[in-house]
Amino acid sequence: MRSTSEALLSINQRNAPFVGTIEKTPKISLIGTLAMLVEAPGDFDLVQQGRIWALADAVSTWPNVQEAVIGVTNVMLVFEQPPADIGMLGASIVELWHRVPSRKADGKLIEIPVIYGGELGFDLPAVASRAGLSERDVIRIHSEGEYTVCAVASSPGFGYLHGLDPRIHMPRKSVPSLNMRAGSVTIGGMQTGVAVLTSPNGWNAIGWASVTMFDPQSEQPSLMLPGDRVRFRIDRVEL
Amino acid sequence: MIEILASPAFNTIQDIGRHGARRFGVSTSGAMDPVALAAGNALLGNEDGAAGIEIQTFPFRLRFQTDTAFALTGADHDSTLAGSTVRPWWCTQARAGDVLAITAPRRGARVYTTFGGGIDVPRVLGSRSTHLRGGFGGLEGRTLQAGDVVPIGSSSRGSVGRFDFGVAPPDVAIPGAAPADDRGLRLRVMRAGEFDLFSEEMQATFWSTRWKISGQSDRGGFRLTGGKLTLDAPVEMRSHGVVAGVVQVPPAGEPIIQMSDANTAGGYPKMAAVIQADLWRLGQAAPGSFIAFSEVSYQDAVAAMAPVNDYLAKLRATADLYRAL
Repeated sequence: MRSTSEALLSINQRNAPFVGTIEKTPKISLIGTLAMLVEAPGDFDLVQQGRIWALADAVSTWPNVQEAVIGVTNVMLVFEQPPADIGMLGASIVELWHRVPSRKADGKLIEIPVIYGGELGFDLPAVASRAGLSERDVIRIHSEGEYTVCAVASSPGFGYLHGLDPRIHMPRKSVPSLNMRAGSVTIGGMQTGVAVLTSPNGWNAIGWASVTMFDPQSEQPSLMLPGDRVRFRIDRVEL
Repeated sequence: MIEILASPAFNTIQDIGRHGARRFGVSTSGAMDPVALAAGNALLGNEDGAAGIEIQTFPFRLRFQTDTAFALTGADHDSTLAGSTVRPWWCTQARAGDVLAITAPRRGARVYTTFGGGIDVPRVLGSRSTHLRGGFGGLEGRTLQAGDVVPIGSSSRGSVGRFDFGVAPPDVAIPGAAPADDRGLRLRVMRAGEFDLFSEEMQATFWSTRWKISGQSDRGGFRLTGGKLTLDAPVEMRSHGVVAGVVQVPPAGEPIIQMSDANTAGGYPKMAAVIQADLWRLGQAAPGSFIAFSEVSYQDAVAAMAPVNDYLAKLRATADLYRAL
């Protein structure tokens, strides 16, 4: 077995090797002295994402870890203080990575009623046209899927949802829509999501949902959490 | 209470930031120059987590509705209280009715006003910092405007004793903290995850370029111009957490340094990260000014915080002593 600790000693140092890209060990790198990024090796899949959730659950309880910030097959640890022994910490994480069982998408099921199309789903015709499908087919495919919240990031309460049917993938716009309403149900590349803030948005709006995705006054402010599952239900269709 | 009389734009209530909520997609916000805010609180005997006003557009004016001790820290500037000059890095007792007028800094970008007892707006997710994109924290989640009335806390520690003294600012008191030469502000950075993906030529460009902070810079991030850092082959990064100070390189090649209001997630290759001991200095860099990067090791980056912590600890001890005299 190759010595992981030897590799880890060279984190972010001159000519650092890409730790782990060879033999399925996570890549570990520092972002300054107070953050460490742990990236799962290999392609995206829900098993690797589940290992990241499990790793995040475990390291969140470690001393000096302020929080574990889950991304798409990666997790960033934020520290209270710069860790005394960064090599040792990295080695502990690699050791845990190999030991921790992947967590299933065992969170709650969130059902989101959607008004598809209409004024707030203004990109539905473009999505249908690109997919070579009718608007009704796009709505059917989108509302029949079951999605997994991989991560909550980017905006308060915004869930990165995995599980969009490849038939209705749609690239993000090169020029964002200027004032997309909060609650817009969108498709961006291979992902779907619900816009949390009214703001410029490069994703394609196919509908709208009146669901409170984020409540800053609540101790648990985000409706979606990593590992939750999401279903979109047809509330109304406006074509 | 204080009443805001004039506040052009983008002036907000900030504390040391909203920590621990990144996992909900909530950026930290918080003072761009946390050392100045901490110094202002220490001068008044406030707790470290007390909120003040971050002023980045001028002229800014407010009126005290009650007798209140206050301090001005951050960028070097001129102020008057009831028409008389007050100095930066100084704490002063204001009388009810006094008007505090703050003009644009000579040097630096952001002035902090702190008040004895701190600003008494509700904590949201553990912090009083304004989260502008989310519309929460601070005063109704927005920037301050003329006519706003801002509540000031009552604190036994913050309202007794003597208030008429000052301290040396950190860029004077901490060796090497001032911009050293005409190349502008030299910032210490550590390499970050994708540094090695850039060619030696691009790495050399990163170190040798005198980067200009573009006008398209704000509390969210500083866009840099003056060079282009390109990859031989583009890399696809999956969305991941980032922290303030990270230097990301979008495909166009002009780096962006994420700051207090930055998105919690990023996906561009990361060249480097400005070390914690220099983030407050960067927080005072104005658009149009120049910066350059020097590499430090992890150990040196950690050690660099000692003079900053020492400065604040001494300041607090001295201020506590003075007030008690």
